[in-house]
Amino acid sequence: MTLASVLIVAAGLIGIGLYGALSQQSFVMLMMGLELIMNGALLAVLGFWSFALGGMPEGQLLAIVIMAVMAVEMAAGFALVVAVYRNRQADVIESLTTLKQ
Amino acid sequence: MTDALFTGLSALALYAGWRVFRVDSMVRASFWLMISFIAVGGIGLLLSAPYIGVATVFMMAVEMTVMVLFMVMFMMNPAGLNPMMMVHQHRFSIGVGVVAFAGMTAATLLTDLPSNPVAAGKAIVHDLGIELLGDSMLIFETAGVTLLATMVAAVILSARTGRFGDAVEGSVPPGLEPGGTPAGRVPEKSGGHHHGHGGHDHGSHGDGRSDHAHHHEGDGHDSGGHDHAGDKEKHA
Repeated sequence: MTLASVLIVAAGLIGIGLYGALSQQSFVMLMMGLELIMNGALLAVLGFWSFALGGMPEGQLLAIVIMAVMAVEMAAGFALVVAVYRNRQADVIESLTTLKQ
Repeated sequence: MTDALFTGLSALALYAGWRVFRVDSMVRASFWLMISFIAVGGIGLLLSAPYIGVATVFMMAVEMTVMVLFMVMFMMNPAGLNPMMMVHQHRFSIGVGVVAFAGMTAATLLTDLPSNPVAAGKAIVHDLGIELLGDSMLIFETAGVTLLATMVAAVILSARTGRFGDAVEGSVPPGLEPGGTPAGRVPEKSGGHHHGHGGHDHGSHGDGRSDHAHHHEGDGHDSGGHDHAGDKEKHA
C-alpha cells in the first residue's frame, strides 16, 4: 500500500463517478455519480494525509469538510429534485429544456 | 496483510462503484454505493485514520438508508424486474471517465510524490480532537452552520406551500394584461416522458419500451385525476 496505489484507486472512483454523472438521465442517479466522485476525493485526501503529511491533523480536517460537502450536496440536491418534480413532473434531465435557448 | 486487505477493499470499492450504474433497481444501486463507501472507510482505517474511517461508515450507512427512500420515490423500474439502462451521451461519458482515470493515473505515476508517513504510535484521534476544538474550530463550526443552513434550505425547497400561498407563488411572471396568462415561455408539461429516451439511448433496445410503459403508469398515479378531469372538460 503506497500513496501511488491509493491515488490510483481514488482516480478509478472519480472516473466511474464522472461517467455516471455525465451519462445517467435520472436526477437521482446523476447524484450517485457526484457522490462517487466525492468518495474518490475523500480517499485521495486520506491517502495524502497518511503518506505525505506526517500525521498533521489539518489533513483530517479537510476530510471532515469533504464529508460535510457530501451531506450538503445530498440534502440540497434531493430538495431540488423534489421541487422540480413537484412543479414540472420531471424526473429525467431531458425534461428540463426551458433553460436551453 | 495490510497490502492484501488494501487490494481487496480497493477492488470492492471500484467494483461496487461500477455496479452502481449497472444494476436495474435504483435501490440496489444505492446499496452498492454504500458498499463502495464502506470499503473506502475500511481503507481509511488501514491508512491509520480511524476517526475518519469509522465516521465515513456511519455517515454513509445513514445517508444511503435515507437515499433508498428517495430512490423508491423516483424509481423508474419497480423491484428492478425489467432491465433498465437510462443513459444519454453514453460513449462520450465512457470516454470522459476513461480519460479522467488515465490522466490522474499518469499524473500520479509521473509525479515525485512526497513521503512522510504517519509515525506509528501517534495519538491521531487525540490530535484531531485538539485541532477541531482548537486552532481549526472556526472551520469546524462553519461546517456545522453550513449543515444547518442546508437543512433550512432543503425544507424551504421541498415545501408545498410558501409564505404567500403556493410554493411557486412569485416564481410565475405576471400576465401581459391584468389577469392574463403569465408572460414568458411556458414549460412543457412532463415533456421528458414523451421524447428524449429514443435518440440518445445507446443501451439495449428493449429498454425504452418498458420505461415508457412505466412512465405512463406513473402519470396515472401521480396526477391522473386532475389531468383526466381537465381533458374531459376540454372535450366537452
